[in-house]
Amino acid sequence: MATVFQKPSTLTDAKLHYCPGCTHGIIHRLVAEAIESLGIDGITVGVAPVGCSVMAYDYFTCDMVQAPHGRAPAVATGLKRARPENIVFTYQGDGDLAAIGTAETVHSATRGENITIIFVNNAIYGMTGGQMAPTTLPGQVTQTTPYGRDTSIAGFPVRVCEMLSTLDGVEYAERVSVDTVPNINNAARAIKKAFQNQIDKKGFSIVEVVSTCPTNWGLTPVEALGWLRENMLPYYPLGVYKDRSAGKETK
Amino acid sequence: MAERILMKGNEALAEAAIRAGCRHFFGYPITPQTEISAYMAKKMPKVGGLYLQAESEVAAINMVLGAASAGVRTMTSSSSPGISLKTEGISYIAGSDLPCVIIDIQRGGPGLGGIQPSQADYWQATKATGHGDFQLLVFAPSTVQEMANTVFDAFELAEKYRMPAMIFADGMLGQMMEPVTFPEREPEISEKPWAADGHKGQRTHNIINSLYLQPQDLERLVRERFERYDVIKKTEVRYDEFMTEDADILLVAYGATARIVKSAVVEARSKGIKAGLLRPITLWPFPSEAIAAAAANTKAILCVEMSMGQMVDDVRLAVGGKQVDFFGRTGGIIPTPAEVLAQIEELARR
Ligand SMILES: Cc1ncc(C[n+]2csc(CCOP(=O)(O)OP(=O)(O)O)c2C)c(N)n1
Ligand code: SF4
Repeated sequence: MATVFQKPSTLTDAKLHYCPGCTHGIIHRLVAEAIESLGIDGITVGVAPVGCSVMAYDYFTCDMVQAPHGRAPAVATGLKRARPENIVFTYQGDGDLAAIGTAETVHSATRGENITIIFVNNAIYGMTGGQMAPTTLPGQVTQTTPYGRDTSIAGFPVRVCEMLSTLDGVEYAERVSVDTVPNINNAARAIKKAFQNQIDKKGFSIVEVVSTCPTNWGLTPVEALGWLRENMLPYYPLGVYKDRSAGKETK
Repeated sequence: MAERILMKGNEALAEAAIRAGCRHFFGYPITPQTEISAYMAKKMPKVGGLYLQAESEVAAINMVLGAASAGVRTMTSSSSPGISLKTEGISYIAGSDLPCVIIDIQRGGPGLGGIQPSQADYWQATKATGHGDFQLLVFAPSTVQEMANTVFDAFELAEKYRMPAMIFADGMLGQMMEPVTFPEREPEISEKPWAADGHKGQRTHNIINSLYLQPQDLERLVRERFERYDVIKKTEVRYDEFMTEDADILLVAYGATARIVKSAVVEARSKGIKAGLLRPITLWPFPSEAIAAAAANTKAILCVEMSMGQMVDDVRLAVGGKQVDFFGRTGGIIPTPAEVLAQIEELARR
């Protein structure tokens, strides 16, 4: 019998704790597949954030470090500077990366740390129960913006790829989505490239994955994908924002 | 014979760290620890090491967390306000059982405070360097020579017990110049089978983590850590005694203050007052038993600090109910030997 579906060898047998329909699961798989296909599991060290993906350390078979909220890029900097021969990645949510950890994100990027960042943008704080995130859309209802995000009070969302692509230290910044099969395939390519860049010592690479949080958006998994397409993609256009080696500086 | 070199305390400390095998230093500028970072920036590239200026103390301590996870000897230095920012990372480092060395060259507080020497962060260093049930090893050198010696011990004990160690000094020790002979001591760097340095297909993955969602697991781990702390309390206490044997008046002071107190003790002795000094070198573990023993037959106990009185709490606990007097200057003012002598004379009259 032909095998048509197999778990990557770089994922452990631990049962994922994510809610049904949550895109964290797909993104874990894409990261694991990239590590597997590049044959780097034995030299890779992942950094788990604080957020729904905090327990990522149980899911990947490579060595893992759990960082304080938002500090994953600083922890990754320490890991990489100590052992430059290793491949170091962080996996972070939007609250982690673009609110409490903004300084660590921007400065690891501007230093051109040769690390890979997988950034999961689901426009909400998932783990703490659905509060406003730095990427929550104007008008979006969350637990802490019950009347919709009022930009006169809460300001505007952060577009991370656009912001980071202005920094000279950044090698590669691309925004992808996992809402359709073609988009998942494209995300797989981008994530692999972000790891390959590190192997090739090209420097800081970030892949922003526009994602869903059905639970805290109060939608079914399928409705959530529709909401992502209608609301998030117009605000967060997909594409390559920077690819220094390919001569692409701004979109 | 090893060379004697005239050096600032901060520089001696930095040089000793390099000699102790530290090759990864993460800093952020702040007075009065400046010379440590400057020295590291100059010397590290020459020994194949790394000086990296972080964007904040928060980032610096997390870089230390990362480098320590990778299994290398790593260090950061700061001063009081910066240590406040590092406390989050220190708590995670302790909760992840990682070894590292943190330097605190204290200045006056609270808030931005001042930049003159102070000992007002004793509580922070020994009791509240972050959230949760944990301790760090806290060394309080009092000479430039001791600054250098302590670095080796700090790294070795941090690795032995898998916990952070702090060298707790002040602006006066950091800035003063004294001759120093570097210990001719090969660094004993231990194996770190727990490190997150890539499993190379040779073992299952290592996880460096401080999250335990099951209370039973967390309690068990904290208890295990405290069992290690009990061993440390029995075996790693360090202190120095000066003329305590026949003392009627026992003084307790650490760090730069202990030097001043020592002068006052000598002065008091010349006036026929039997004073003596016990100087804790480790503030955690605290030399409680030694203090109790030294205080057994004294008529008075005086604790002197550059603060409003913080270590004095631990001295009072150590001597169980006996009266302990306190003299302190704060805000960056260094007490003078004459001031301390006046206190001793008053106690002698009592
Ligand atoms: C210092 C600190 N502040 C706050 C928290 C609480 N907290 C846990 S997860 C989280 C938000 C995570 O949201 P995000 O990064 O968007 O990830 P998601 O859960 O959506 O995947 C917060 C605020 C914490 N653990 N530590
Ligand atoms: S709360 Fe949201 S982000 Fe977190 S696991 Fe559930 S669906 Fe995913």
